[in-house]
Amino acid sequence: MEMPIPSDFRIARKSEVMSRLRSVLPEECVIDDPMETRAYECDALSAYRCQPLGVVLPYTTEQVAAAIRVCHEMDIPVVPRGAGTSLAGGSLPTADSVILGVARMNEVLETDYENRVIRVQTGRTNLSVTGAVETDGFFYAPDPSSQLACAIAGNIAMNSGGAHCLKYGVTSNNLLGVRLVTMQGDILDIGGAYLDPAGLDLLGVICGSEGQLGVVTEASLRIIHKPEGALPILLGFDSNEVAGACVSDIIRAGVLPVAIEFMDRPCIRATEDFAKAGYPDCEALLIIEVEGSPLEIEEQLEKIMSIAACHNPVAVRRANDANEAARIWLGRKSAFGAMGQINDYMCLDGTIPVSKLPYVLRRIGEMSREFGLDVGNVFHAGDGNMHPLILYNANEPGQLELCEQFGAEILKLCVEVGGCLTGEHGVGIEKRDLMDHQFAPNDLEAQMAIKDVFDPKWLLNPAKVFPLHASANRRDQG
Amino acid sequence: MTYIPKSEADVSEAVKSATAPIKIVGGGTRSARHLEGDLLSLAGVTGIVDYEPGALTMVARTGTPLSEIEATLAAENQRLAFEPLGMASILGTSGTSTIGGVFATNASGSRRIQAGAARDFLLGVRFVDGSGTIVKNGGRVMKNVTGYDLVKLMAGSWGTLGIMTEVSFKVLPISESSATICIEITDPKAAITAMTASLNTPYDVTGAAFDPTAGCVYVRIEGFEKSVAYRSGALRDLLSTFGDVSVVDNDAGSVIWQKMQTLAPMQNIDGDLWRVSVKPTDGAKLIAMIQPKSYLMDWSGGLVWLRVPRGTDVRAAMIDIEGHAMCLIGDAPQFHAQANGVDALARMIRAKFDPNAILNQGLMG
Repeated sequence: MEMPIPSDFRIARKSEVMSRLRSVLPEECVIDDPMETRAYECDALSAYRCQPLGVVLPYTTEQVAAAIRVCHEMDIPVVPRGAGTSLAGGSLPTADSVILGVARMNEVLETDYENRVIRVQTGRTNLSVTGAVETDGFFYAPDPSSQLACAIAGNIAMNSGGAHCLKYGVTSNNLLGVRLVTMQGDILDIGGAYLDPAGLDLLGVICGSEGQLGVVTEASLRIIHKPEGALPILLGFDSNEVAGACVSDIIRAGVLPVAIEFMDRPCIRATEDFAKAGYPDCEALLIIEVEGSPLEIEEQLEKIMSIAACHNPVAVRRANDANEAARIWLGRKSAFGAMGQINDYMCLDGTIPVSKLPYVLRRIGEMSREFGLDVGNVFHAGDGNMHPLILYNANEPGQLELCEQFGAEILKLCVEVGGCLTGEHGVGIEKRDLMDHQFAPNDLEAQMAIKDVFDPKWLLNPAKVFPLHASANRRDQG
Repeated sequence: MTYIPKSEADVSEAVKSATAPIKIVGGGTRSARHLEGDLLSLAGVTGIVDYEPGALTMVARTGTPLSEIEATLAAENQRLAFEPLGMASILGTSGTSTIGGVFATNASGSRRIQAGAARDFLLGVRFVDGSGTIVKNGGRVMKNVTGYDLVKLMAGSWGTLGIMTEVSFKVLPISESSATICIEITDPKAAITAMTASLNTPYDVTGAAFDPTAGCVYVRIEGFEKSVAYRSGALRDLLSTFGDVSVVDNDAGSVIWQKMQTLAPMQNIDGDLWRVSVKPTDGAKLIAMIQPKSYLMDWSGGLVWLRVPRGTDVRAAMIDIEGHAMCLIGDAPQFHAQANGVDALARMIRAKFDPNAILNQGLMG
């Protein structure tokens, strides 16, 4: 993955940049010892690393604004960072940039059950938002699988999803307002506890803009009362096609499960070896979770089982209690770890129209043989968001590149069948140079025009999202 | 001059050749305002392009009548879950509502409180910007974070950023059954307390509205039959502490909710019409401040429709109330002024997308 050549001029100003940052922030908020900044050289796309000029970790929105103003005046790029769990390189720094982390800002500012909204500082982790309200019976719905570690700031930047967004929507559908610090250091409140925007939906475009339009320091999030209960059912099928058809029939029948997860044979085998969840040995497996009172769960599971029966399942296992539910989820939740036991892997994130599932899985199988790399598929089937895991050996020269080529071909296939490059992880650096496959130059111009408005000097997380050649003129003005 | 393009290419040509501002019209039902300029009607840019019931997605050209979309979905037992508002009778407009108009105005109805707004269901757009350039964003899949989300930006932009030519959107199954719990309440504050209590339960309420003309709070439950029976029973017990309670079934309930989507109870009252979006618990405070001639509340108090004497400045009364007020009938500007920094961003975005300032001029400021 190519990154822009860092500016020698900026690197040469490092000590001046750091001393000016120290003049506006408490001492402990500014880090520039290379031993300490090493922790910030990469995110969860750890194949790519680079030491930044320095790191700032403010306590308040005003400190964020002060630090940003220094960088703006000195033309220093700023790379915002939540918890650093991006799989797309969203918070990968360049050597001439300053990392601005919100990890120290993790307070709950207001909990308003009557209006079903919680206002938090965005360094707070996803799971601890729910943690703050669950004893009162509420939860925050978006549940990316990194939810224990990932921060709301990153969730907003990437418009994160999760297994349960089939019913509850993604971050954008659960975000009511933000406090945003622009690259000029202005502090703006957009949205609030009310339910729609006053004018243009700026919140809608800020969410998912990958930290390129501003740094979000506070967020108002929609919280929902928890359902009475939830239970999953596991269904095994002897082909991907049949499993895909079953998903479609369930949706058409009006059942709206909270999650429909799909695993293919390579993934089932790997997780069985690793987690011993007792999964059936079959081609494709669905885990479907429904919510409600015991009676409502029963009603939905019966419908699902009667639909599944028309597709001749090779296995049907329904959970009757929390323990059995945990057994069913065990394999799915350890799927990534299981694949990681076999080898290094790269996790893709394309989305496809659900009807194209069998075709795409067949093509991925064919490509797997052509590239000589194994791939397992585990994904959110209800909304077509795929997560092919390509196995490779990072220590063998050329394998990463081969794996990336294979990944790019899969993502192009997703676009070809009417889908997109990324469903919930974001573009970052990882998919940046594939954007031309999904968008025409005019489409990208329209998006970049938004960045021109928020960040005319293109200093915020500049080398992400857009193909380097497309953004070159804008980035080079600094 | 009037443009009646038949295709996206025609729309682009019309914009490129325009010598005067253009006012964009889908069916012309959602605005009673007079704008200067040449009319561009999307009535000729029609047709459902793609519909996959098993994927819960539809793609349609923006001039397609809403009634055609709804009939096509109903044939597969599906619907637009955000429950689009019907504004024609309250605004006194004629014409055929189009799917483009629904999304351009983010016309979300009662189910917004649970299922989400129109903008939450919009998955992709194609539009012609103010220079005649054709742009696409989003797609036709439910999960998509590829690039900036201009889809949300276009939803509710009232034609000021571009002329949408095609939209793709998520649909949902029609529920097997529904029940509406009616609680006799006349006081707005008590109404909000009851609606809040209904939403803060595990019963997945899909509508919480208050019609003071009927003296009733309405709480809706939808889903499979046994589930609806169970939840409406539980809510009936819970809500009986707030007033006399009755439960009506599907058919009677759909009449009630249809009235809410068309503001029927405010139909024969004159005066200015305002739509106010506030923090739900502030709904009653707003009513106390304004003392309207008539009003309706939806979204548990978060959406308040007001009929006020001509010339009433609703915004002036909102000093201590967070939110915004849209003037639909009256002389006040339609949109609420925003904080300087936010307004500046919106103006700059409009200038990027409509550099010659020709699209729906004067509407959004």
